[in-house]
Amino acid sequence: MTTPALDTPRSFQEIILRLQNYWASKGCAILQPYDMEVGAGTFHPATTLRALGDTPWAAAYVQPSRRPTDGRYGENPNRLQHYYQYQVLIKPSPSDLQDLYLGSLKAIGIDMSLHDIRFVEDDWESPTLGAWGLGWEVWCDGMEVSQFTYFQQVGGHDCKPVSGELTYGLERLAMYILGIDHVMDMPFNDPSAPIPLSYRDIFKQTEEEYARWNFDVANTETLLQHFKDAEAECEAILAQPHEDPKTGKRIVMAHPAYDQCIKASHVFNLLDARGVISVTERQAYIGRVRALAKQCADAFVQTEAGGYKAAEA
Amino acid sequence: MPDLLIELFSEEIPARMQARAAKDLQKLITDGLVEVGLTYAGAAAFHTPRRLTLAVGELLAQSKPTVEERKGPAVGAPDKAIEGFLRGAGVSKDDLEVRTVGKKEVYFAAIHKPGRLAEDVIAEVLEAAVHNFPWPKSMRWGAGNLKWVRPLHSILCILSDEEGARVVPFEVEGIVSSNTTRGHRFHAPDAFAVSSFDDYTSKLARAHVVLDAAERSDAIWQDATNQAFAGGFEVIEDAGLLAEVANLVEHPVVLMGTIDEDFLELPAEVLQTSMREHQKFFSVRSTKTGRIERFVTVANIATADNGATILAGNQKVLSARLADAKFFWENDLRVAKAGMGPWTEALSNVTFHNKLGSQADRIARIVALARRLADVTGSDANETEQAAGVAKADLSSEMVYEFPELQGLMGRYYAKAAGMSEAIAAAAQEHYSPLGPTDAVPTAPVSVAVALADKLDTLACFWAIDEKPTGSKDPFALRRAALGVTRLILENDLTLPLGDIISAAHADADASDLLAFFHDRLKVYLRDQGIRHDIIDACTAMDGNDDLNLLVKRARALSDALKTDDGENLIQGFKRANNILSQAEAKDGVEYSFGADIKFAEADTEKALFGALDTADAAIASAMKSGDFAAAMSAMAQLRAPIDAFFDDVKINADSEIIRRNRLNLLSRIRTTCGAVADLTRIEG
Repeated sequence: MTTPALDTPRSFQEIILRLQNYWASKGCAILQPYDMEVGAGTFHPATTLRALGDTPWAAAYVQPSRRPTDGRYGENPNRLQHYYQYQVLIKPSPSDLQDLYLGSLKAIGIDMSLHDIRFVEDDWESPTLGAWGLGWEVWCDGMEVSQFTYFQQVGGHDCKPVSGELTYGLERLAMYILGIDHVMDMPFNDPSAPIPLSYRDIFKQTEEEYARWNFDVANTETLLQHFKDAEAECEAILAQPHEDPKTGKRIVMAHPAYDQCIKASHVFNLLDARGVISVTERQAYIGRVRALAKQCADAFVQTEAGGYKAAEA
Repeated sequence: MPDLLIELFSEEIPARMQARAAKDLQKLITDGLVEVGLTYAGAAAFHTPRRLTLAVGELLAQSKPTVEERKGPAVGAPDKAIEGFLRGAGVSKDDLEVRTVGKKEVYFAAIHKPGRLAEDVIAEVLEAAVHNFPWPKSMRWGAGNLKWVRPLHSILCILSDEEGARVVPFEVEGIVSSNTTRGHRFHAPDAFAVSSFDDYTSKLARAHVVLDAAERSDAIWQDATNQAFAGGFEVIEDAGLLAEVANLVEHPVVLMGTIDEDFLELPAEVLQTSMREHQKFFSVRSTKTGRIERFVTVANIATADNGATILAGNQKVLSARLADAKFFWENDLRVAKAGMGPWTEALSNVTFHNKLGSQADRIARIVALARRLADVTGSDANETEQAAGVAKADLSSEMVYEFPELQGLMGRYYAKAAGMSEAIAAAAQEHYSPLGPTDAVPTAPVSVAVALADKLDTLACFWAIDEKPTGSKDPFALRRAALGVTRLILENDLTLPLGDIISAAHADADASDLLAFFHDRLKVYLRDQGIRHDIIDACTAMDGNDDLNLLVKRARALSDALKTDDGENLIQGFKRANNILSQAEAKDGVEYSFGADIKFAEADTEKALFGALDTADAAIASAMKSGDFAAAMSAMAQLRAPIDAFFDDVKINADSEIIRRNRLNLLSRIRTTCGAVADLTRIEG
């Protein structure tokens, strides 16, 4: 048995904290998770919307993510319906982004001289966000530990300048570093804490509860209605004139509209888990969410954060 | 003469694009050099995950000066014209030469172009190459506008000769050319300068980079087979994987690991597919047991622990993957052993096409069609029906959901597990075949019946809803399906009139239109075998053209016959007869099909033709009856001599109207007799 180097983290949260510290030290704003259900860290407006326009940006955050179809009642060693992603987005992508990324692996205890780190082609595409980019999945000893993408388009808009996006699947990465075979066995806080808590202590019960609800109980008629409502609200928000009649200010409501787009996307995922969406309908639903994402992107570039300059008006 | 060395250093280039890119770089640069007269002795291109390199040996340092002669205005032309000419040519009036052209005195200018320095041309050509590189997919990064496959970091570009090396100076979007590069990402990340190609390769080697992909793949294969051999194993060859793996590393390190005992019961194909697709591992077979028991992975780094950590990590990832596969396999086997009920039921919830119902509806159609086809293939009707019913059941299995490329193969395992016959299990795998023009065609009767039913159902259904292929669009792979049906029929020598079976497959399908589609595909297929399209047209014009086997036999016989001297000349004779007859019929407004009478025959050759036609008719009729097209064709070809002799000797438009009409009726007999074999009017030439 090999003794772990002093530098090896001891818990899930320590890995997260180290990533936070590392990216903070590299100048990123450490944001908090977005307060809505999303399927991946990319959905956070700090990524999707901020990748648009020419305003420089550097942010990092943990994003709880939900994939209802991946629920396994907490029994599968690697699959969860609720998990965490660590997300970094820097615009324009710095020329040493690969080195910055490798530095983050080092920060969480991966010794580059003992491990085999590889950048393997993986083109990223999100049909629901109308987004795509080129990059790699990063392998550590044959395991995918991150997704590394140079965004080319989001919501149908060319990304100019280009953002570099890094996504870490936190549970899988942490399990590898901590040498854990089943996610539920992973120490969440320090194992020598007065009250040590494992991933199981915190999430086994919720995985069961949500798996049951996602697969068998969620009311599909209500969900279908939620989808339609979110879609309608999104469009209604965006149909408003840019000038607010009350304050007289120019207020383009890109973010409230985008919330509805996120909602529609998550409702669609729930409907999918309930098995009520056929193969052909699937495409149609994805197309509807994409249409919303595109309109939100159109709206965001009409905002100041999205690069709108008052002089242009 | 100097040597040129170029290296484009970037972030990791996708493995599959590297070889092509190295070739493209070589072509773009050398073409550009040669175009301005900069010739060279030799060139070679290389690639690794992070670099494209081109070495050009013994390049001309300067292109030769050239002189271009330009004709100007005539002497005495208006001053304006002469001035314009001088300006355009960049010469003064004193430099002009006067020559006599025809009767005029004309000015000529000699424009001297000095030779161009290699560095100037290289800078231009390389800059253009970087801007217009034909990557299959390229991207922008940062705030720049340049497009490359992944961010481009540096460009090394030097010319070297006895006097040393010099950088070819230029800049592309902020990247300034230099004489430096970097070694392996982890082993030797620092920049270093190089002075020649030899210097470059030896410094790279010291910096843990093997520049030549062939050298990398040879080393990997050598090391893998040696390690395997030493332990009593053999590596299963996989050229595609080897090429890919060699392009994922600059410093290959081969590591052999063990597959956990728990997973050795999985089907070999599952192990192999999972390892290859997910992990890019080679499968390694025990020479003793014949089972896959080891794997080979290729790392990009040499470590102090000789790869122990890397191997342990890979092994762990593999075990997690195979645990999934084993879980799927065991679940699937349980369903299979219980008769696959849930799978076939699940197919009714899967839409095949919104106008064509569910997968279950589709299976029901294929079952009915397969049962009907059992007669044709000579298989047992009940067994065929059962085979068609379960042939696609594995589409609902967990294993196929995870590894779609295992469809069919898993079906075979699961049908056997369900206790079904070998023929049914084989059909589950083989009914997808053939997938292209060259892969194997099933021959087992049950497999053939299900394969035909599957493809004919698809064709008839998409024809019924008018979703035919157009131009390059064929989203449902209908051309492939039609070719598959054709090959199944021909290579199994089946008699299968398609008209009825298409109507049986889907009542709304336009059978004659679909048949024409088959005939088109058949032309493409037979063209590759040297049979002309017009020959196929001549045969499809005949009755029974929906029996592809019969049709092809006729076409082959006709093609062979036309290759003989008699055959070729017969066509000429036939055409002559047909033309004369058609013109006369058009002019006279009648059809000369009353039957010629030998009593009006005057010339001997005319009488002989009567006899020859009688003989041919009898021979052709009996040959056709027994399906002997070769005999029919040869009987027809026998007419060549009598027809030629007749035309040489006899004037059709005789003065006597009775004799003329009789001769036209005789020509009509030629048309009828030959027409029993094929429609020769369709033959070109």
